Amino acid sequence: MSLLRRLLGTPEGAVGTVILCLLVLAALLAPVLFPADPLSIVGPALVPPFTDPSLPLGTDRLGRDVLAGLMHGAGTSLAVGIAAAAMAMIAGSLVGTLAGLAGGLVDEALMRVVDAFQIVPSFLLALAFVSVTGASLPVVITAIALGAWTGPARLARAEVLSIRERDYVAAARVLGMRPLEIAFREVLPNALPPVMALSSVIVAISVLTEAALSFLGLGDPNIVTWGSMIAQGRNVLRSAPFLSILPGIALMLTVLGVYLFSEGLADALARRRSRA
Amino acid sequence: MNAPLLAASGISKTFAGKGRRVAALDKASISVARGQTLGLVGPSGSGKSTLARILMRLVEPDAGRIDFDGTDLLALSGEALRTTRKRIQMVFQDPLAAFNPRATVAGALADPLRVHGLLGRRQRPAAIAALLERVGLDPGLASRAIHEISGGQRQRVAIARALATRPDLIVLDEAVSALDVSVRGRILELLVELQRKEGIAYVFVSHDLAVVRAIAHSIAIMDAGTIVERGPTPDVVANPQSATGRALVAAVPRLVVGKSD
Ligand SMILES: Nc1ncnc2c1ncn2[C@@H]1O[C@H](COP(=O)(O)OP(=O)(O)OP(=O)(O)O)[C@@H](O)[C@H]1O
Ligand SMILES: [Mg+2]
Repeated sequence: MSLLRRLLGTPEGAVGTVILCLLVLAALLAPVLFPADPLSIVGPALVPPFTDPSLPLGTDRLGRDVLAGLMHGAGTSLAVGIAAAAMAMIAGSLVGTLAGLAGGLVDEALMRVVDAFQIVPSFLLALAFVSVTGASLPVVITAIALGAWTGPARLARAEVLSIRERDYVAAARVLGMRPLEIAFREVLPNALPPVMALSSVIVAISVLTEAALSFLGLGDPNIVTWGSMIAQGRNVLRSAPFLSILPGIALMLTVLGVYLFSEGLADALARRRSRA
Repeated sequence: MNAPLLAASGISKTFAGKGRRVAALDKASISVARGQTLGLVGPSGSGKSTLARILMRLVEPDAGRIDFDGTDLLALSGEALRTTRKRIQMVFQDPLAAFNPRATVAGALADPLRVHGLLGRRQRPAAIAALLERVGLDPGLASRAIHEISGGQRQRVAIARALATRPDLIVLDEAVSALDVSVRGRILELLVELQRKEGIAYVFVSHDLAVVRAIAHSIAIMDAGTIVERGPTPDVVANPQSATGRALVAAVPRLVVGKSD
């Protein structure tokens, strides 16, 4: 509760929270306000924005409602971003923790796998994975997570390695705690918070990667995304620039919102720690 | 029945660091009598902590043997070691570092009870209150976070945690070195009183002979990984045989003054 108040007390936190709340609201209201498939044709093609009250942001090349597309797209962007980040965080934390706790050969082997993934640019990895397996929402999410889990893995391992040597872990051994209990009660709860702090950056990267994949036509073709809207607007960039600009702005706002939110949260958490 | 509670003999340990090897212990031997205190003194880097950690099975020695009340401590593993751990506990130098940063006092004291299945969940709050009282703390402290209480209170909680499994031996590695002088005196009094009432033996590790002298029945002096001198406290303090012993005695101001009188 007081954390929320401190989060809203910083300008970054307040602006970020407002932007993210608006996005979530848009995503939640999309199926209510626009129950029809946003890919269906609702009017004449290329209606400019602010000219027809029933189509406030106009229509695209095929006569689809731009506002409906943007709002449904918000849901896709957030869902993919959060799901991919969650997947990357979970996989990375598990691998990193295991490597740090096991040490020796297991650590060596796991970290070479992390190296291998880190050497390949993550966007290429996502591209390759989607083109091999075919585009669908779960595939896109997995593809994005594939390029994002190595950061959390490295950080989790480093945290575990440092915490393993602390006195309180020695104290737990002296008490006769079993290794698994030490891992879950003493090491993990203290190793994970710094790893969690990476999550907002990963959400922002995931939202961008998803947009880039759909821009290249590698997103799920049955779902509206901002990336695919930008791609389609590109063909009429001269005559109807708003078709690319509007989803572009939405994308930029989202990444900005996530970034500001995470800055504010880090600030609020740091102040709580310094007070303790 | 005069066999020592714990006898460690020929303990050697070499740490292999980057490129260079540190011989932390070279055939060190100590013994601790039941219900008595062995003071382990020596300059920084002489291997005191390493020996203490070997006794706790936190570090494995390269060579040597430890007999604890008739069992070969170094031969134990798994469940047998876990069970024996109840009888040998440890108190660390920095009481803040020795607790999980997220722990509460009650949570920290519940750990040993839960780990060894000593009491049902229902009986634990009463047991925790009793433990706090045994170390002279208000049972109302139980709900506080470890980082919210003072350093002296924290070290008392650490002692309470060590007492929870009713050990025969507690190894204290510089357990009062990080405390204020006034707090230090009261913690030493508490340790002496616990020993008198419950017959617990201590291995009391310190670099400060003045402190050790106040609590130890016998003293072992370490230097460069070996025990250079050992004997009853009055003998060692009055008439140190080794160069290290003489240097340590000379470093205690009051003792030097006492001699020149
Ligand atoms: N994990 C380790 N790895 C490498 N070297 C170590 C390790 N632990 C201790 N040593 C080395 O072993 C020697 C003895 O260290 P130890 O901590 O036992 O000394 P000490 O007598 O407790 O000193 P102090 O009074 O400073 O605590 C030192 O040279 C130290 O650098
Ligand atoms: Mg030491």
